[in-house]
Amino acid sequence: MSVDLKLVEAKQMIAPPSPSFSIWDWMRKNLFNTWYNMLLTLLAGGLLISIGYTTLTWVLTEAQWAVIGDNYKLFMVGQYPITALWRIWSALAILTFMFGISAGTFKGTMLRLSYILSAIYLIHIVAPFTANTSKIWLTAQLVMLVFSYFIGAKIPYSKRINIVGWAISIPIVLLFIHGFGILPAIRTNVWNGLMLTLMLAAVAIILSFPIGILLALGRTSKLPVIKYFCVGYIELIRGIPLITIFFMAQVLLPLFLPTGLTIDNVMRVMLGATFFTAAYMAENVRGGLQSIPNGQYEAAKTIGLNPVQTTTFIILPQALRAIIPTIVGQSISMFKDTSLVAIVGLVDLLGIAQSVKSNPDFLGRHMEVYVFIAFVYWVIAYSMSYSSRRIEKSLGVGER
Amino acid sequence: MVQTQRNIEVGPLPKTNETIIKCEGINKWFGDMHVLKDVNLTINKGEVLVILGPSGSGKSTFIRTINGLEPIQQGHIEIDGVSLSHDLKDIEAIRKETGMVFQQFNLFPHMTIIKNITLGPIWVKKKPKAKAEKLARELLERVGIPEQADKYPGQLSGGQQQRVAIARALAMQPEIMLFDEPTSALDPEMIKEVLDVMKELARSGMTMLCVTHEMGFAREVADRIVLFDGGEIIETGTPEKLFDNPQHERTKLFLSQIL
Repeated sequence: MSVDLKLVEAKQMIAPPSPSFSIWDWMRKNLFNTWYNMLLTLLAGGLLISIGYTTLTWVLTEAQWAVIGDNYKLFMVGQYPITALWRIWSALAILTFMFGISAGTFKGTMLRLSYILSAIYLIHIVAPFTANTSKIWLTAQLVMLVFSYFIGAKIPYSKRINIVGWAISIPIVLLFIHGFGILPAIRTNVWNGLMLTLMLAAVAIILSFPIGILLALGRTSKLPVIKYFCVGYIELIRGIPLITIFFMAQVLLPLFLPTGLTIDNVMRVMLGATFFTAAYMAENVRGGLQSIPNGQYEAAKTIGLNPVQTTTFIILPQALRAIIPTIVGQSISMFKDTSLVAIVGLVDLLGIAQSVKSNPDFLGRHMEVYVFIAFVYWVIAYSMSYSSRRIEKSLGVGER
Repeated sequence: MVQTQRNIEVGPLPKTNETIIKCEGINKWFGDMHVLKDVNLTINKGEVLVILGPSGSGKSTFIRTINGLEPIQQGHIEIDGVSLSHDLKDIEAIRKETGMVFQQFNLFPHMTIIKNITLGPIWVKKKPKAKAEKLARELLERVGIPEQADKYPGQLSGGQQQRVAIARALAMQPEIMLFDEPTSALDPEMIKEVLDVMKELARSGMTMLCVTHEMGFAREVADRIVLFDGGEIIETGTPEKLFDNPQHERTKLFLSQIL
């Protein structure tokens, strides 16, 4: 193999013709090549310019953004008591710390995401409407992020440290926000705003993932009881709108539960969202399972792996890799669907928007409010899809 | 296990008379199609058996029944004293005795070469990781690609991938190796490197069943050749007898088409 076989003496290499990158050439070739293309270009251009002009004029001169700055705390955490805000800041600090550790360990996508996070912190530090105590906390977050990044880069590369770290930090975060009897309890009806939106989305996405995998495996199982239970569950849930599930969780569930046992409002909605998303996750995972060629199962069998080992080592890793885009798509849509909880009386980011715009001090400012929350949703959703694209690239999905 | 580690220099071993595979009256149907018709075959330890036949003759199906990848509807298969039945324990025992190499390699694309080879020894044979890796590197040395250990299957040529697949099967230290058209998916210039590994394996005394279209390999290495057609064994014999003096009309027809 190492023998250098030359069948034909190689001819002198010719460089490929260099592509010309002149903007004028490109425009003449693509935008103004015929009379009707020229017409379309001019029409579309005119339309774009006029829309852009009116939008910019509104954003810069007509809109009164004071409504956002004055209510900023409401948008972020709602009616969470101001005296207890330090608990949210501490919880955020823990998450920031883990974020920095992961960014230091994995670099790549996590590092890019922590740039986005630092940018968000920085913007809030310089923003005029941020309260002074918040500025101190935000600066602390930023310092924490940089500090933990260097810790993450220093310690030897280890996935385990990161997984354990995240697993420990989540209950601590919940402890800070809820109290659980150790700190004074803060009832969930004041968990509002962006904080509620993020918590609902995080719980639904994280918990629905393992449930979805189990349902997908169950659906492909040969045991009829398991199989038909999973099929029934998935088809039932997929046939019901999410809003109906939220209503059932709010109204019907208390009727079915034995008297004396009550489940918290927010918790009920979290469960509803989780079980709803799990059904869709299951179908995504099943798609991934079907993409694995039969030869992989046969090869695993012939080296003696049992079905559980085959699934864990051979099938699932390949199946999940293949469906990263759909999983992230599902997560983004779950994140946005949390806004439906405003209809069943929870005050998430959209719920806060509703109450701010009906405040007599800010009458007529609904445009500013909706544009702002749309922007917040967009920043988060875009960060998710951006990281998905980077992960796909680094795993080489679609390139095999 | 002793046999697989013997070197080429030892030369061919005397064939024993100890039966290792016994197939009696095997019948199999795919739906209404009768694909294996009353197949009887006994293979001795250390024997190299080459299975020839036109495509669709049932030779691949037959070799896949031996380690239970294809269930049979009638008949009896016995490997090294263990009967192949529906009992999962028996199937597992037989799969530990047999290694298999596929036409499409079927390496695990998300694992490095060394992980591909050590997966079975670590999880099925419960070997310590260091020992399994040492064995894997020895096997890679044996199939001639020790430098590829940390690459992924997608980075290797077809011939190299198939040699990894052979190493992966050998890592389980099987008594019998089954080859299901191992060179059919390869570019012509890569066939030889795989056949060389198989020849070395045959000389080391491994019991081998090979479904192949490589006549040169069959003539050179096989102790016995079996010709399949229409789901049944048409003719059996040494390479000399079968190639130079075929008895059956269908054997003559088959050989005239490929030689």
